[in-house]
Order: sequence, then C-alpha cells, then structure tokens
Amino acid sequence: MSGQITNILLVGVGGQGILLASEVLSETCMLAGFDVKKSEIHGMSQRGGSVVSHVRYGKEVFSPIVPEGEGDILFGFELMETCRSLPLLKQGGTVVANDLRIAPPSVLMGLEPYPEGLAENIKAQFPDFLLVDGQKLASEAGNARAANTVLLGAVSKRLEIAEKYWVQALEKMVPQKALEVNKRAFLLGRSL
Amino acid sequence: MKEILSGNEAIARGAFEAGCRVACAYPGTPSTEILENTVNYKEIDSSWAPNEKVALEVGIGASFGGGRALVTMKHVGVNVAADPLFTLSYTGVNGGLVLVTADDPEMHSSQNEQDNRNYAKFAKIPMLEPSDSQECKEFTRLGFEISEQYDTPVMLRTTTRISHSKSIVELNDRVTGLPEPKLVKNAAKLVMLPGNARVRHPLVEERMVNLAKDGATMALNRLELRNPAMGIITSGVCYQYVREVLPEASTLKLGMIHPLPTELIREFAAKVEKLYVVEELDPFIEEQVKSLGITVIGKDILPVCGELTPGRIRNAFGLPEPAATVAGKLPGRPPNMCPGCPHRGVFFALNQLKAYVTGDIGCYTLGFMPPLSAMDTCVCMGASIGMATGVSKVVSEEERKRVVAVIGDSTFLHTGINGLMDMVYNNSSATVVILDNRITAMTGRQDNPASGFTLMDDPTHNIDFPLLCKSLGVKHIRVVNPFDLEQTRRVLQEEMARPEPSVIITDKPCVLVKREGVFVKGVELVVEVDKCTSCRVCLKIGCPAIEWRPAEGKKGKAYIDPLLCTGCDVCRQLCKFEAIGRAK
Ligand SMILES: Cc1ncc(C[n+]2csc(CCOP(=O)(O)OP(=O)(O)O)c2C)c(N)n1
Repeated sequence: MSGQITNILLVGVGGQGILLASEVLSETCMLAGFDVKKSEIHGMSQRGGSVVSHVRYGKEVFSPIVPEGEGDILFGFELMETCRSLPLLKQGGTVVANDLRIAPPSVLMGLEPYPEGLAENIKAQFPDFLLVDGQKLASEAGNARAANTVLLGAVSKRLEIAEKYWVQALEKMVPQKALEVNKRAFLLGRSL
Repeated sequence: MKEILSGNEAIARGAFEAGCRVACAYPGTPSTEILENTVNYKEIDSSWAPNEKVALEVGIGASFGGGRALVTMKHVGVNVAADPLFTLSYTGVNGGLVLVTADDPEMHSSQNEQDNRNYAKFAKIPMLEPSDSQECKEFTRLGFEISEQYDTPVMLRTTTRISHSKSIVELNDRVTGLPEPKLVKNAAKLVMLPGNARVRHPLVEERMVNLAKDGATMALNRLELRNPAMGIITSGVCYQYVREVLPEASTLKLGMIHPLPTELIREFAAKVEKLYVVEELDPFIEEQVKSLGITVIGKDILPVCGELTPGRIRNAFGLPEPAATVAGKLPGRPPNMCPGCPHRGVFFALNQLKAYVTGDIGCYTLGFMPPLSAMDTCVCMGASIGMATGVSKVVSEEERKRVVAVIGDSTFLHTGINGLMDMVYNNSSATVVILDNRITAMTGRQDNPASGFTLMDDPTHNIDFPLLCKSLGVKHIRVVNPFDLEQTRRVLQEEMARPEPSVIITDKPCVLVKREGVFVKGVELVVEVDKCTSCRVCLKIGCPAIEWRPAEGKKGKAYIDPLLCTGCDVCRQLCKFEAIGRAK
C-alpha cells in the first residue's frame, strides 16, 4: 500500500556499525532527491542487544517504520539477527546478509548452541538471498572493520540510485582517515 | 538548506533558531540527544542538572530573568519535576519556556509507559505534539512564541519514534531582536503565596479557554478532508501511520493536543460519516471528544498498552495482513554489562552472599539478569535506599542483615541522597553500595556532578562521595576495588553484619568513558587450555568476552576473546585451577 516507497531494514547486534550504515543510506537517498525517513531504537544497543534500523524512501514517506511484512530488502549484519527480522519482509523480498555469527549470552554460557542451518532457512523462504563474507572482502579492501560498507555496497546494487550519490554520502559521513578503505569496500560490495 | 535530522536534533535546532539562551536537562532515553545537540550551538548555555526538578528550576529562573529556556526530560522525569511544574503554570513566564517530555510507549528503555499528555491537562499547560522532525523544529519555535503570547510554559511531547526517527528538515537562521534579559521585580506574578496564587488561578483558566478557542485557527491543527466516509482524529507519529495505512481517510491532525480545539473537532465530526481517534496509550483525546457528546471509536478497537505500528492499526481496522514468514525459534539477545564493567564483580559477590538487593536504575540494573541474578527490586531512580530502609523496618533481625541497596553515582546524586539522609536520621540500618563509575553510563555516558566535567566539557569540581556520606552522618564508609573479588566480598560481608547504616563505594570507572586517562585497559587474559578442567565457574559472571566452546577437549573449554577482554581480572580470580592467565 506504500506505493512507490522502498523499505529497507538493517539489522544486527549493537556495536556493529548499523547506525552509521543506515545514516549513509538515508543521506544517499536525500542526495538523490527522495523523501526519506529512518527509525531505530537505540536505548540499549550499546550493550550488545539486537538492533533494527528502518530506512524508507520514495516521493513522500509517512511512517518512519516499515509496516510489518512490507520490507523490500533485509540487510543483515549477523545471521541470527537476520533470521529474527524475516517476518518484517514481504514475500519475495531480498535478503543480503553478512556471513557472521555473534553468540548471544545464552550461547556464550553454554546453555544452548548457536542455531544451525540459518542460511538454508533464509534461502528456502527468500530465494533472492545473497550471503556475503563481509569480513574477508573488507580485509581485501584494507580493514576488516569496513565489513558493513561492503554490505552497503552489495545492497546499493539492488537500489536504483546512481553511484555518485553513494560516494558523496560516504564522503560526507565517513571520517577522512577511513574514507579510502570504505570507498574500496563499498565498490567491492557493489560488484557482487 | 536541508538536512536529515532526528526529532531530538531538530528540537535542538528549533531552540537555536528560536533564540533560546538556556537549555537544561537530566538525561533519559529517548530525550538525551536534545542537550547533546544544543551544546553544539555556542549561543545556548547547555547543562546537565543533577535531576529533572533542578533542570526545570534552572529553566524557570532563566525564563523569569527574561531569556528563552528549553528544559528536556524523559516521561518519568516529569514526575520528578512535577512540583515546580504545577506552580509554574500559575506564574507563567517572562522569556518563553518549553518543556520537552519524551514519552516511551512500548517501554523500549523505560520502567513504565505513562502517558504524559495527562500532565498537560492536570497542570493546565498547553501541549504540542510533532509528527516528524520538521515539525519538531517548528513546534519548538512555536512553543516559545505561544509561551510568551499566552504567558504559560509550553510542553512539547515526543515519543520514542519521533525522538529517534530521522527525516528531512529545512533549516532557518536564528531569530534576532528578542528583548535582552534583565531583572524585573514582579512579586504578584512570581511569588506564589496564597494571596497571589488565588489571583493567578483564574488567569490560568482563562488562558486555557482562549487557547482552546484560538486552536481552531492555529496552523498546527489541520483538517484534511479526503473520503468523508471515515474521519480520524490523530496526532504525533500516529498521524503518519494513519496516512500510511488508511490513505483515503479524512484526518484532523492535531499539533496542539491540549487544550483541544473543540470547535474544529465539532466541525470535523459533522463532515465525516464515521469518526475515530487513533492515539497511543490512554484514550486522552477520545474521552474529551466523547465528553463533547460526539460518538467516536477509539480504544474499542485499538490497544491501550504498547505503541501503535502500521501493522497494529491495520489489524484494528480489519485490513488484510501480508502473508507471514517464520523466523524459527532463536535464542534471545538481551543487553549485557560490557566486558570489564566494574559492576559485575559486585553483583557476583552479592549473589554469593545471598543478599536481598533493593535495586535502582542504571546499567547495574542488568545485575538482575542471570547468571548474576542479584537484584530483587527496582522501581524508580533513587528508590533503592528508601526501599532498603523500609524493608529493614519490617523483617526479622536475621533477615535485615541481608538487605543491601545498590545505586549508581548519577542516581545517588539524582534522588538517592535524601534516602540516605533518612536512613541515618531515623536510626534505621542497611548497607548501601554506591557504584561510582564516574559517569551516567546507561543513557550514553553523560557527565554528572561526580565526573569532574560539565556538558560543555569544562573542568569542574567533582563530588567526594566519602565526604558527602560522612556529612550525612554515615559512620561506616568503605571504598573498594570492585575488580578485587575477595576484598569486595569481605567488605560487603562485614558491613552487612553491622546493625548500623554503612556505605560501600566502588571506585573503578566505566569502560566506555572516552576521556583520556579515566578508563585504562589492562592486559588481556587467556585460558590455558591444558589447565582448564571444564568446571565452567568463569561463566558465572556472564562476561561477554568469555565463551564456552563445547567442542573443545572432552567436555568443552572456556575461551576468552582477546578483542573483547579488558583485563579486569575478575574471571582470573574465580579460576581455582589457575587456568586463566595474563596474555604475554
Ligand atoms: C526520573 C528518571 N530520569 C532519568 C531516567 C533515565 N536513566 C535511567 S538510569 C539513569 C542513570 C544511570 O546512571 P548511574 O546511576 O550513574 O548508573 P550507570 O548507568 O552509570 O551504571 C538514567 C539517567 C530514569 N529512568 N528516570
């Protein structure tokens, strides 16, 4: 019902740089001339809890959160968190996920195992699924910590926004000393 | 110029553009970032007060002196500031005063989800409610104007989804030409003794009648006629959800939610066939519409608890649901104390000593969660000490020895001091632990009167807790290193046994403090695999840096992530087999 609105969800674990990625994404949308809204809950995120950030863009955006079941793209920084947010996605939506597992407290304490077969579960429900080894590609770009930018690159290819706006947004939001690495990481992701 | 701003950033910008001179707050999610942004405008004097009551009083003073003042707090902060607020309603203002109340429907990071629109009605103060960042900015500016025009404080109510959502905002310049602040005596208006207050009260009533009347033509209340079959009165983020889910419906979008523009509501009701109110939490608008004799549907179909979402509104109106996807059963991911957090060892010791812990609010509230499981009560900021006194009054002599209050530095200075005063004054007893990590960590590391710096980053006096407690009359004051488990446990045990008030102060800083030289990382620890007997005792402190690897060895082994470990040493002291050592 949201007409020409594109709904993107960025999910993962507090401290993974999700907020920065969603800032770059929304800045890009604005530079490209769209209306854009972004929303997230960041009260407890610093302490390792789940983080879900919503970005919506189009001609005129009303709700700052993606209506349940209407997400177009789910952009997961961590596998279990990617699965947790699947219900927000529409049938036939796209999933781009980082191939990374971060153990939650119960797993760290040996009370239960980290779930198996998550990627298969995603693939079975969402055939348009790309699993990215963000850490590895980011290392190739020059810094393993730029994994989120690799993923952003991979997501960018699935959105109809010209490359120049992405680069402009990165230049505005990323600190100077990390900029070159992040640009390389972005382009690596965009080539996937 | 356009920028993408959060609601909080936009409120700060609005205050700047409105010529605001003083901004004062006590941090609290989701309001905190407002002051963290006003501080970037050098024209605004921004400061953290020790609590919300003081913050409002500073704002009142600035207003009485003729300057525009912004005061911000989370919803429960208004409970603390309520005393000055209700009488400020009578005095009115000199310079405009805007009080932001940031409500938290769904309790994303709060202990209750009270609906602070009720305060506006209760205290007879106009309240504005923006529905995106652009309105956050504009309504803040308008708030100052209404405040001065109607001689009233103005409340600006946001909710988490407004405070923490970002949208595009058009920026303007700061206004000029406001009157220069100066001292003007006006006791009849500003000294609220009965004789003066009796004169002010009718003026308050008159002002609210005028505002309700003028509300019909204020641009912030907007009648939007689309399909007349369905009319929806709404405000705030709910307006956005309604536009999203029911794009054909006619709407009466309220920007001023108290007092309600009754004439506009009657006009709207007459133009639509079926009338609804879509609002989060209490039936605040709904009840008032009903009292006008207008039939309206609201909480019959919408929940009173929790926040609304597009999906929940879709549900309430019986619209089709998208096909569901299943996530499968997944382990939860609750927040946790950081690796190297100085609170961890204290809760471990309290657990071992089987203490009954009256708790308080801060990062240390996470001490309630397993495996530490050492907090038994948590009500509101500052309550731990009073609760310890109270529970000690009723239980047996034996049980009294198990009662311990825990409270953070910021919380102790917020409203904990009075509790300790009472405990000493009334010859009660319990052990009080002040978890002094030098910062207000929970809300994102704000400075406080014990951290030695102001919000504007100027060095300042930092409170000496032992001296403060001594002056309150506490005779037994101990300072412990919370990373020394043996010492922490022993001191706790000794003080718990004492039939007098005692205070234990921990003295290690929060690992997140960025200021140079405050937090110093130690040498990381490593598990020596051959010595690890798989006893799992190191897992009992719930440190995120320690991982159980079930596939290692015969029965599994512990592993310490060198990237997360800060070398706090707590786990090393627990390991009887000396399997944990310092990395070379
Ligand atoms: C009346 C009120 N104001 C603000 C808050 C938000 N809040 C929760 S905990 C906290 C402060 C915690 O600081 P401190 O006591 O130093 O503990 P720490 O988090 O540093 O461990 C604040 C400001 C609240 N819950 N209630």
